[in-house]
Amino acid sequence: MSDAPGRPKQARTAARQGEGTSMSAVQIEKLWSTFRTNGVDAVIHKDLDLTIAEGEFLSVVGGSGSGKTVLLRQILGLETPARGNVTVLDRPAAELGRTGAASRVGMLFQHGALFSAFTVLENIAFPLRELGTLPPELVRDVAMVKLQMVGLDPSHANKMPADLSGGMVKRVALARALVMDPPLLLLDEPTAGLDPDLSDAFCALLRSLHQELGLTVVMVTHDLDTIYELSTRIAVVADKHVIVNAAPREVAAFPHPFVHDFFLGGRGHRAMEVLRSSPQGV
Amino acid sequence: MEDTQSRIAFETLPEGECAVALGIWTAAHLAVPEHWAALQSALAQAATRGAAVGWDLRRLQRLDHSGAQVLWNAWGRHWPQRLELLDVQRAMLERIARFSVPPPRPERSSPLDAMETLGDWVLSMGGHVAGLVRLLGQLVIDLLKLVRHPVKGPWRDVSGHLYHIGATALPITALVGFLIGVVLAYLMSQQLRQFGADAFIVNILGISLIRELGPVLAAILIAGRSGSAITAQIGVMRVTEELDAMRVMGIPKGYRLVMPRVIAMAIAMPLIAVWTTIAALFGGMLAADLAMGLTPAYFVTALPKAVELSNLWLAVSKSVVFGVLIALIGCHYGLRVQPNTESLGQGTTASVVTSITIVILVDALFAVVFKSVGI
Repeated sequence: MSDAPGRPKQARTAARQGEGTSMSAVQIEKLWSTFRTNGVDAVIHKDLDLTIAEGEFLSVVGGSGSGKTVLLRQILGLETPARGNVTVLDRPAAELGRTGAASRVGMLFQHGALFSAFTVLENIAFPLRELGTLPPELVRDVAMVKLQMVGLDPSHANKMPADLSGGMVKRVALARALVMDPPLLLLDEPTAGLDPDLSDAFCALLRSLHQELGLTVVMVTHDLDTIYELSTRIAVVADKHVIVNAAPREVAAFPHPFVHDFFLGGRGHRAMEVLRSSPQGV
Repeated sequence: MEDTQSRIAFETLPEGECAVALGIWTAAHLAVPEHWAALQSALAQAATRGAAVGWDLRRLQRLDHSGAQVLWNAWGRHWPQRLELLDVQRAMLERIARFSVPPPRPERSSPLDAMETLGDWVLSMGGHVAGLVRLLGQLVIDLLKLVRHPVKGPWRDVSGHLYHIGATALPITALVGFLIGVVLAYLMSQQLRQFGADAFIVNILGISLIRELGPVLAAILIAGRSGSAITAQIGVMRVTEELDAMRVMGIPKGYRLVMPRVIAMAIAMPLIAVWTTIAALFGGMLAADLAMGLTPAYFVTALPKAVELSNLWLAVSKSVVFGVLIALIGCHYGLRVQPNTESLGQGTTASVVTSITIVILVDALFAVVFKSVGI
């Protein structure tokens, strides 16, 4: 064991416990993304820079087709950028797909992506069970704790994903994403398809987990209420790069047509009320 | 030097013996086999000393919920008397303590369950039969409707399915038929030569290929290729709620989904059977020429004398029945798919297996019933 890899880990632990905030969880430098359709290269991102500090709850917003989900997939290493670097927790994103990925990054997919052949408990326990060493009882205990941490009743443990409602699928998927306690959590449209009550409950859950576990969260969503409710920072993707990355209030005041339409339209004004009434978003 | 191995060190302090947790206690680190074995024995050692031993977690480099669960289980699921830890660790352990419950037991199996499984199986078989009969009845009604207003029929659908089921299957059926013809001719030539009955190869190939192998081979290939496709298409429509959308719009699924496929299959199947038979006969003819020097000219002139025309009619009508059955079974399983991906896979598999079995069963039935025709 050398000292070099040990120290940053210790520093990160300290950061997660609230003693320091300068570490960056994700660093994207000069990123280019291109897609080839009908022989024509379409550039989605051009020299995009984005740094996400540890412990942040960052919302990525942008118009349809601005490449928010592509950005998320590049952080996950599911897609390789045409040019530029994506560094996640001090390592290149391309290395993520290897063993142990679940202990570094958790991802909540838009439709849950639960394994339909497994029960709820088996779904949550899957990354742990794949390690191969831990005894089944321990794996089961850990999965049961995670199941209840996301607000589900233990009686749902043996259900199949097909028998769950939309809100429950998201909760189970969140429990699975968190089962190895990764320091970084990515969310793709976490409240899409949930009714307002469920959506609020899910937001409350995400906020409490963010605070209790000291997670760094990156969220892609269109839902203004969710953005104001949860974000400590907002990054706006427009014109093929990040035009602003700041606290919610500053972003809303940023002079750009997209920002203006998105945050200060009719819906934006209503959602702003949340920001005024709670100190969370500041 | 810093050691990240998850382990326990025992220290003797003024207030008694103390177990100090060291290293990184996260799932990934704990799961290293050597570390895990060593840790297990250390935990067992601590457990034998019981309440006399205190715990110190403050020197842990990192602890996650899996590590906390290991500790909590080692403590026998209650707090040790002497415990030193950080606030974050306490919060984590409190969460574990609150949520550690035995998982709900899956139901125990009893001898009665076997009876129930059998009963379920019988009922589901009954359900399949009832479903097929209903589908057949609906098909007859839809066909009557079509006869009354032929102009309004879903002809575009029929022609589309005809192309996908029939035209695109031509290469594969020709290849398989040709190879089977070659293999059969070679095998037969060896046997027939022993008896000096070389010329009878035409009779054997003609009867077996035209009457039996051609139609059955084609039906099995089409069941695997198009029967599964029918189930998957209709099943996906269930998963994506397209079937519900059709129903809401008042479009009858029997008339628009089942009937066009059955008609297309009933037209395509005999044509493909004839096509496969021709390919097989061609292969047999070539092989007979190569293996026994039987000229193609002789083969072609001898064939009509060896095989009665009624055999061809039998093969064609058999193929129509196969086609209708494959389409109906495909639609039946497709419509039964539940809106999830697992059910889609099961339905497709069941559809192929059932249609191939039924094809062979019905073929046996034809063989028995028409045993006096054409031979």
